[in-house]
Amino acid sequence: MQVTMTINGESVTKECEPRTLLVHFIRDIVGLRGTHWGCDTSNCGTCVLWVDGEPVKSCTMLAAMADGREVRTVEGLEQNGQLDPIQEGFRECHGLQCGFCTPGMMMTGRWILDNNPNPSEEEIREGISGQLCRCTGYHNIVKSIQWAAEHPAENEVKA
Amino acid sequence: MQTPAPLEEYVRATSVADAIAQLEKYGEDARLVAGGHSLIPMMRLRLARPEALIDINDLDELKSIKVEGNEIVIGAMVRHREVLDSPLLFEHYPIFRECEKVIADPVVRNRGTVGGSYCQADPSEDLSALGSALRGSVVIQNSTGTRTVPMREFHFGPYMTQVGDGEILTEVRFPIRPGAGSAYEKVERRVGDWAVTSVGTFVVVKNGVVEDCGIGLAAVGAEHFCVPAAEEFLIGKAPTEENLVQAATLAAEGCNPSSDQRGPADYKKHLAKELTLRALRRSVQSSQGA
Repeated sequence: MQVTMTINGESVTKECEPRTLLVHFIRDIVGLRGTHWGCDTSNCGTCVLWVDGEPVKSCTMLAAMADGREVRTVEGLEQNGQLDPIQEGFRECHGLQCGFCTPGMMMTGRWILDNNPNPSEEEIREGISGQLCRCTGYHNIVKSIQWAAEHPAENEVKA
Repeated sequence: MQTPAPLEEYVRATSVADAIAQLEKYGEDARLVAGGHSLIPMMRLRLARPEALIDINDLDELKSIKVEGNEIVIGAMVRHREVLDSPLLFEHYPIFRECEKVIADPVVRNRGTVGGSYCQADPSEDLSALGSALRGSVVIQNSTGTRTVPMREFHFGPYMTQVGDGEILTEVRFPIRPGAGSAYEKVERRVGDWAVTSVGTFVVVKNGVVEDCGIGLAAVGAEHFCVPAAEEFLIGKAPTEENLVQAATLAAEGCNPSSDQRGPADYKKHLAKELTLRALRRSVQSSQGA
């Protein structure tokens, strides 16, 4: 079947099977490898990307279900050559060790801040509670999201 | 790599009537998909092998939370996150917020739906305990019309409900009870897991007496997620600690948990009593007549 979706602002049309999972569509058919494919059981959250503005575990959605919808992946965080503050935060605070969980963590982190520009540590931890860091480096991930909250991009409105 | 078995058809339903027509067209091998957070994992494990998937995510008619007469009506496509965030539901029953806060995780709650949770009918489903506690009902539609089924008659057993082939659950309804207090208690092994045991309760206290109450339990083998004997004991009595303990004891006695990787049966019975007691205490405290 033919599936068309907007990925990071660009319309993409590709052929896939009705059973194709969104994570495989994005990685193997579109070729965007930033989104990682992890546990395959909706637990780990490294495959998190946005569909219509909300983070979704892309191993638990069919590509067909995203037909006509707007998808944002980790590659869509950077704007005009400028890293998103969430990306800067992970760099500044060493928010990753092996880097496997990072794309999902950053996509959820961006969403947390868009909904709550000044989250408490507890709110950040609750926000990423559906995602696993296999290095158990949660402390620095939380600090990275806090860093991004304290350093919003110029076009972001700080509440 | 877990990939679902080949799927012959994927269809987007455009209305409830269209969804029913598609279900009839593809017969017993068709499944509706809403949030997909139960069905797609089951398809990956090949526990479910539908030949046709009918996507109902576009059905805006099933996406509202509203009051109709003396009932709260939640559409089947309302997401868990919307239940968690709903001021209307919180105003009538704080249990909605307490229960949703411990269902899965925030990302899963963005997708999972109320109707999907009820139709999946997992024996550990938190919303089933809530629905049974509040004595809600579900509305099921097919090509000949609609019928309303009490939540306490909805399940035939684990993963089995009254929703048959060619049918769709369209909404769930909960009676409004002015002055009711409510609470939800859950023990889980880790954040976002299914319950080891969970209990939801509501209590209406009038003139120092329990006028009405409901107790719902998940994951402990309570038939229809409830133990009416515990409720019957408490109604008409003063909400004293002694009476609450007795009701909680009866609730635990009415459960039939099995030992599994989440814990031994006697531990789950202990939790059923303790969590019922805690939920009842808080329900009594927050009942406006208390």
